[in-house]
Amino acid sequence: MEFGINPLVLMTFFPLVGVLVLVFLAPQQKNAMRWTALGTSLVTFAISLWVLFLFDPNKADNLLVQIPWFRLAGVPIQILMGVDGLSILMVLLTTFLTPIAILSTWKAVEEQVKGFMIFFLLLEVGMLGVFLALDLVLFYIFWEFTLIPMYFLIGVWGGKNRIYAAVKFFLFTMAGSVLMLLAILYLGLQAGSFSQPELVANRSLFAGSQLLLFLAFAIAFAIKVPVFPLHTWLPDAHVEAPTAGSVILAGVLLKMGAYGFLRFNLPLFPQASVQAAPVMAVLAIIGILYGGAVAFAQKDIKKLVAYSSVAHLGFVMLGIFALNPEGLSGGILQMVNHGISTGALFLLVGMIYERRHTREMSEYGGLWKAMPIFGGISLVVVLSSMGLPGLNGFVGEFTILLGAFGSKVLGSPWFAGIATLGVILAAAYLLKMFEKTFLGPITKEENKSLKDLNLREIITMVPLLVLIFWLGIYPQPFFNLINPAVEQLVQLVQSAALVLH
Amino acid sequence: MNYELITWLIPLAPLLAFFIIFLVTYKNNRLSHSLAIGSAAISWLLSMIIFVFAVTNQEVIEEGLTSSISWLPTGETWLKIGVQVDPLTTITLFFVSWTILMIFIYSVGYHNFGQPEGDHDRPGLPPHGAEIIDQEGKHQHVPSIEPMYARFFGFFGLFAFAMYLLVVSNNLLTLYIGWEIMGLCSYLLIGFWYAKPSAKAAAQKAFLTTRIGDVFMLIGLAALYTITGSLQYEVIFSEDVIHYLATSMSPVLGLSWAGLIGLLIFMGVVGKSSQFPLHVWLPDAMEGPTPVSAMIHAATMVSAGVYLALRFFPVLSAGWDGGAALTTPMLVMAVIGSFTALFSATIAVAQRDVKRVLAYSTISQLGFMIAALGVGAYVAAAFHLVTHAIFKALLFLGSGSIIHGMEHGILHTQEHIDPQDMYNMGGLYKKMPKTFATFVIGGFALAGFPFITAGFWSKDEILSGAFNGGFSIVFWVLAISAFITAFYIMRQISLVFLGEARTEAAKHAHETPSTMTVPLVVLSFFAITIGWVGIPEYFPVIGGLVPNWLETFLGTMLHGEHAVVEHHSSIPLITSLVVSLGGLFLGGLLYRRIKETDKDPLEWSLSGFYKVLANKYYIDEFYQLVFIKPAQWVSEKIVYQFFDQKIFDGFLHGIGSISIWLGDKFRYWFDLPVINRGGDNIASWTRKIGTNLKVTQSGRIQDYMILALAFSLLGGFIFYWILF
Repeated sequence: MEFGINPLVLMTFFPLVGVLVLVFLAPQQKNAMRWTALGTSLVTFAISLWVLFLFDPNKADNLLVQIPWFRLAGVPIQILMGVDGLSILMVLLTTFLTPIAILSTWKAVEEQVKGFMIFFLLLEVGMLGVFLALDLVLFYIFWEFTLIPMYFLIGVWGGKNRIYAAVKFFLFTMAGSVLMLLAILYLGLQAGSFSQPELVANRSLFAGSQLLLFLAFAIAFAIKVPVFPLHTWLPDAHVEAPTAGSVILAGVLLKMGAYGFLRFNLPLFPQASVQAAPVMAVLAIIGILYGGAVAFAQKDIKKLVAYSSVAHLGFVMLGIFALNPEGLSGGILQMVNHGISTGALFLLVGMIYERRHTREMSEYGGLWKAMPIFGGISLVVVLSSMGLPGLNGFVGEFTILLGAFGSKVLGSPWFAGIATLGVILAAAYLLKMFEKTFLGPITKEENKSLKDLNLREIITMVPLLVLIFWLGIYPQPFFNLINPAVEQLVQLVQSAALVLH
Repeated sequence: MNYELITWLIPLAPLLAFFIIFLVTYKNNRLSHSLAIGSAAISWLLSMIIFVFAVTNQEVIEEGLTSSISWLPTGETWLKIGVQVDPLTTITLFFVSWTILMIFIYSVGYHNFGQPEGDHDRPGLPPHGAEIIDQEGKHQHVPSIEPMYARFFGFFGLFAFAMYLLVVSNNLLTLYIGWEIMGLCSYLLIGFWYAKPSAKAAAQKAFLTTRIGDVFMLIGLAALYTITGSLQYEVIFSEDVIHYLATSMSPVLGLSWAGLIGLLIFMGVVGKSSQFPLHVWLPDAMEGPTPVSAMIHAATMVSAGVYLALRFFPVLSAGWDGGAALTTPMLVMAVIGSFTALFSATIAVAQRDVKRVLAYSTISQLGFMIAALGVGAYVAAAFHLVTHAIFKALLFLGSGSIIHGMEHGILHTQEHIDPQDMYNMGGLYKKMPKTFATFVIGGFALAGFPFITAGFWSKDEILSGAFNGGFSIVFWVLAISAFITAFYIMRQISLVFLGEARTEAAKHAHETPSTMTVPLVVLSFFAITIGWVGIPEYFPVIGGLVPNWLETFLGTMLHGEHAVVEHHSSIPLITSLVVSLGGLFLGGLLYRRIKETDKDPLEWSLSGFYKVLANKYYIDEFYQLVFIKPAQWVSEKIVYQFFDQKIFDGFLHGIGSISIWLGDKFRYWFDLPVINRGGDNIASWTRKIGTNLKVTQSGRIQDYMILALAFSLLGGFIFYWILF
């Protein structure tokens, strides 16, 4: 606006500037590349803060940009982007985590830095596009686009089993999206528009087939979340991805799935959502318990963290499908919390991996003595992931729990009751991990001389720690951003529920 | 004075100390402990101001004092956080602030402040002692300062913060926050010497076991909030809400909502206050430094559990008319409380570790309180909570002093013996007179030594509550437990202090510094006098001489809805006298003159059963076998390896293999024979034709001319033939 360009468009495509610069750098200018990528992502973060400043939670179409693009079978496709309470925190999470992830690669990525950074910035464009696009075709393009950089990040810079993981990740997600594409085309042809707001307004046009449409979208999103039993790509992708990739994967990419439910499934197919809610809640609860149990069985730290994501995202899904204000806003906040806590956990795993090149818990023990700062930070992050009151995880979990308990759609307190048992599991596997790595005597000779975190690593962690405490102690500003949008969504769904009964 | 503000400030001081110690002063021991103790003193002073204000102000007694702010928005409403002062808060603040301050001061001496650093001391392990050269040039072994001295006080600050937060909170949410932070602190402090395998295991066990209870409590909170729309005490304990909860049915087991929520919250109490079956963490918790044990056993953790049960009594007893028909939660409390009281008292009898005896004694005494609440003896439970906190803090600090004295002796003699084993002690009364005197006061208070000690009055009140309410089973179980209690504490006193020293180290034990003994003296003062505030009016001879202040003060918490028992039997009084004196006498008689270090008189009298007791009824082993091992097995073999790897990944790989197989078949059945062979054939035919035609490409111009002529003729001919 001030620059004659919509801030959302500017923010989304700004990382391309960095890509352009990177292209012209010589392969040996590694540090220049790192600084370029970091600088670009920091500017993007600054623009997102500007967006936040311009943002009004009570408006549904903040900073809306609407440009006709092309027509498909007579139906117009537009570049339609906007930000509301459902997406603002996701956008901020993306722009916040990207520079942190880039900073974590300083020493970890030494080969083909240029390609790595280019893919990383492209990934940021894709993710921002997903959260901002309001045109279904545009959304789909961004959605698929995120796959490609991630595929290469895993497949080129990943661990031993990277090819398998990359292919699994790509095929799995791709397979899920195919049905969504069909559903999008059907919607567009049926209602004559691909714009999400218009489709929501005219949803009676396709109300007859909404259960099938719900399913088509749900499968694509459920794979991404991932909802049990579609989670099997996740541990491989997380474990094989380079640290920065895991951070973004857990921190942002998984949220795209949950966000998809919020943005498309609930408002477009409210009746179907109400009908499917108990099933989704059951799957979510299985995910919570299952993810917790599998995490408990892991010997590899990164795998443990990866499986814990399945459990945490189960809580998010439970909150969303409680379909009441508490559940939804708790779910959205928990998405942010998970991004922060699990992102931080992956960073910590990466830091220790850089030092010892192993992630087996049995290789560690007593690290607190050798690396006190690392130990202290890890403890805070572990506790935040565990949902200790006073830190971020608790606020989300508790709000979700209240939502699930009082949910009229779910209609039974058992959902909340059983899901809560997952909290015990979380404590069990996370404490086990902390105990095995940090406590006890130092048993391995090579662990005695480990260096504690350096300044760069501390700088990487501090913003995350600040948010962990901020969200835990004073979550109100975050809820204020979410709540108006959530209330609108709830009204929409509840009116549908009334029709149903 | 702004008393609301003062109440807000009480928890803040130690929290501030925690942050300052960890961020700024962690390298300076003196500054760190000054900060921690200073903050504890501020909280103590503020608590005392509130205490005096509340006690002298009728309005507070009746209305309470409260102030809140909005914290967490949920839909249209807000979850509020805030503070309040009412009689229960007041008396809890009283004992919490005193015990916390005393324990803080004591820790300075306990961690050998002012002593040199040990050469072999490492962070994460208890200090081993240092070698110094004294003025005469002789090498001497002396205790060395704790390597993580400042860190200890930092954690202590956080611990105190959590407890104060829990006590002054006016709603269940802030209470829960304090409750959980306390769980964390117990983890950090029990595992303070984290490099010690037993300590880290104990820390983990404590956190996880209490968390199990906490999670149920969390469900209870969610239920309560969903039904009442609030977690504020003033709302959830209002008569309308209680009535509604008592009369509406929950979907579980035919319980009323009050019953269900009461049971869920009580699970939290079971975890925190270490009741059967979640009691296993508390005895192991003594792996931490002794001041931590004192914190956990007296000032914070376990007291917090009983505090919650007291706080929640209106819901627990919702629908109870004061008679013999108990509500479900009350019945459960009565059963679990009295069972735990007896069960762990018997275990305490067979322990040799000086701290372990006290640990089981705590569990048992908490059982008394829970049982008292179960039979509706609210004031008695609160009374015992206060007196127990004081004398148990005294006993634990005393035991720390004993161990410290023994360690001194061990350093001197360089013996390799366990400084905590009571059989290695004996005759310490000569060496450590102050510790001895104060320990006896604490021990007698625990045993309920008649008239003088505080423990007598509170325990007597519990017994008479059970008896006069008509719960004779609870009464007798508790009476037997009280007898065993007196017995094992006298066993401990005798083994530690009386008779002759059984080891060289015990001969060279040394009285501890005044930072440790002064808190002991202060606490023993209260261990006697605090009982006098609750002497019942009906008590023979001295009843009524001192007004029963506690009853009047705390009674206002109950809204006067419960019937007061009118008739008072003298049976409970006689029973308390008999069990207390009898137990003490028998304990003294049996253990006065133990000479060897390994024979317990009970071993031959109880034979095999002694082993069961010494091994705590094998509960730990049972849990290991029935819960922990199967859980590990299921998560690893079934869920991970079978489901995740075999089924889900297997399914996926199956699809992959089928696709590869299909592709393979396509290749061999269609691609190779049809497409490939076809292509090859076309190519080879072309070549063949080419080879055959090669002869025409001779390179001689005459040949081409002839060919050209021939083709022209042929073309002309065909042209002609087609056209005409």
